[in-house]
Amino acid sequence: MIGVGKIKQYSNVLDKPLSRGKQEFCLQVSLSAFAFLFSELVQYNQTQVDNIAELERRLEDAGYAVGARVLELLCHRDKGNRRETRLLGILSFVHSTVWKVLFGKVADSLEKGTEHEDEYMISEKELLVNRFISIPKDMGTFNCGAFVAGIVRGVLDGAGFPAVVTAHFVPMEGQQRPRTTILIKFAEEVLRREARFS
Amino acid sequence: MAPPAPRTGDAVFANVERVNAELFTLTYGAIVRQLLTDLEEVEEVNKQLDQISIFRGYNIGIRLIDEFLTKSNISRCVDFKETAEVIAKAGFKMFLGVTASVTNWDADGTSCSLVLEDNPLVDFVELPDTCQGLYYCNILSGVIRGALEMTRAWCCMDKFHSAFWCCFKACISPEPNFWCTHQGMCLVRLATHPR
Repeated sequence: MIGVGKIKQYSNVLDKPLSRGKQEFCLQVSLSAFAFLFSELVQYNQTQVDNIAELERRLEDAGYAVGARVLELLCHRDKGNRRETRLLGILSFVHSTVWKVLFGKVADSLEKGTEHEDEYMISEKELLVNRFISIPKDMGTFNCGAFVAGIVRGVLDGAGFPAVVTAHFVPMEGQQRPRTTILIKFAEEVLRREARFS
Repeated sequence: MAPPAPRTGDAVFANVERVNAELFTLTYGAIVRQLLTDLEEVEEVNKQLDQISIFRGYNIGIRLIDEFLTKSNISRCVDFKETAEVIAKAGFKMFLGVTASVTNWDADGTSCSLVLEDNPLVDFVELPDTCQGLYYCNILSGVIRGALEMTRAWCCMDKFHSAFWCCFKACISPEPNFWCTHQGMCLVRLATHPR
């Protein structure tokens, strides 16, 4: 049989160890492989929809599935199965741990919205998924960061903090490419619960 | 000036920017899940997944080949054996971070198998009972086919089953039948037709 001696075959996928050992390259693929895959995701969805809102929703749904799984993985592997129960706790988890694992760096900034109590913003100068994407003018405000917004929504939902999450371009002075902001608007119940805790 | 020496897969992979393989795996899972949701019927999915995955994989392949040739400085391959080796060692390494091994050459050297022991696409993927016939990594065969067609190698894929793993055989035929693999080891079968 070909190559069977080398790798231990696990009969059940749940028995496989979560971390792949110390070899750095085992855990990584090239950025271009991911970029190609993501572009195919966007192009496939473009064929399935008629308008931009629908396209954003589909990208977000794809991201939601990723987010739910990322939460499970990170809670088990990196946080020792401890659950975040406070708003700031989960936000800093998303801003630091999730971003670091998925994109290799901590998000650029985490801000609280000034106009509304329930809004928070995670900003990034250049989202990894947007790096090789240019939006044609006729697509208006469409942002492929909707995928990342979906990931964040998946993480928050799974952790018990339902929210509406969207991605926006924010033009910056003196910079050619606009900044991307992930806007998180928490549901009523989250704020009520948070108020009860404090 | 002499052309720059070809770089090994490892050297190229060390030089390209990399991302977490888990993000890659999860994104691919999301794509397959979307296809399954849109197409609903598993039989239909299998038929369409062949084409759709290959179509999408094909799109990737025709663009991926440019990047591969630029970054790796590989010179022209003299024969199919060399092509298969280059794909297995340099190509897979550069993009997926893993190497494949080339085995199962047939008598006249026109078809072989590429075995991937460690495939980032299928990490922790388990097919449910309703999707047992699904060929999960079909996109790989599309990528290879697209890349090779751009280099005028005119290969395409055919299917081949075995008890433990599915592999796909590349050969020229008017109607490509592509199979993707299930979890575990991935086998790509490449073959060329004499032109």
